[in-house]
Amino acid sequence: MNAQLVAVLALAAGTYAFRLAGPVLQGRVELPARVQELLGQAATVLLVALLATGALTAGHGFAGWARPAGVLVGGVLAWRRAPFAVVVVGAAAVTALLRLAGLP
Amino acid sequence: MRTVQRTLGPTDRTLPADRRLRRDVALVCLADGVVGLSFGAVAVASGLPWWLPVLMSLLVFAGSAQFSAVAVFAAGGGPVAAAATGLLLNTRTAAFSLAVTDALGRSWPARLVGAHLVTDETAAFVLARTDPEARRRAFWLSGLGLFAAWNVSVLVGALAGSALGDTDRFGLDAAFPAVLLALVLPALRDGRGARRAAAAGAAIAVVATPFLPAGVPVLLALGGLALTRRS
Repeated sequence: MNAQLVAVLALAAGTYAFRLAGPVLQGRVELPARVQELLGQAATVLLVALLATGALTAGHGFAGWARPAGVLVGGVLAWRRAPFAVVVVGAAAVTALLRLAGLP
Repeated sequence: MRTVQRTLGPTDRTLPADRRLRRDVALVCLADGVVGLSFGAVAVASGLPWWLPVLMSLLVFAGSAQFSAVAVFAAGGGPVAAAATGLLLNTRTAAFSLAVTDALGRSWPARLVGAHLVTDETAAFVLARTDPEARRRAFWLSGLGLFAAWNVSVLVGALAGSALGDTDRFGLDAAFPAVLLALVLPALRDGRGARRAAAAGAAIAVVATPFLPAGVPVLLALGGLALTRRS
């Protein structure tokens, strides 16, 4: 079996185990509010780090200007509470147009 | 004309709850469909066989973890880093699962199938409601709708991606960070602590990226949490 398939299966099994937490623990364990808050904050920190590296870097280097510019436009749209689909299409369109204009 | 529509037309308040739910679920399905298309296309463009993102979408069914796993593969990171990064991102589904478990239903088959449908989006739909029956309906409608939309769009994206070639031309690589930004904005809006921790974590991850294997910088970002908690 190839290594990538094994990674996918491991990710799937682990994720399903996390998702079973509710049904299995229902009525047995109550997570302290502090732990719940910390879990939420950790998820936020991970997501922001992921989007920052995803916007700015490719491999081990700088991703070029077109991608972060598109993400920035998507961020402004999201901040102004534009619908989700508009955010996605807006970010991709700006990046595509900048590349069409010759920006890397 | 506008005032007439505003007084006579259905607004958020007058629309029956059931129709509003269906409309909102349809909108989120559409948005996730766009993301799914880009996921399938990006995964194939990064060199993965078409069936891998399709299988991943069926079995993992979590957008951010799937994108991060593919990003780690694309950057030459090993399978352990890919699975670990995705799992770390998905730890939050355990918290969501605990929060929405009442909406899954009482029977074990319903709980076992429902557990697989716990995502950021389904949790958001359930948490916005208090009535038990409304929560149950919201969970299953959004869960099944999103599962269908996500998997069909990933399949189409993966098949089209191999025909499209370089998806960077369409700017799809900017879509994923933008989606994440839209998803975390509410959490960033109302938490000053979360904002500071996220900013510190993002800085750590970006600075570490040139020097460390893919997947590791994002995990180091959790240091931002420790840093801002202590101070």
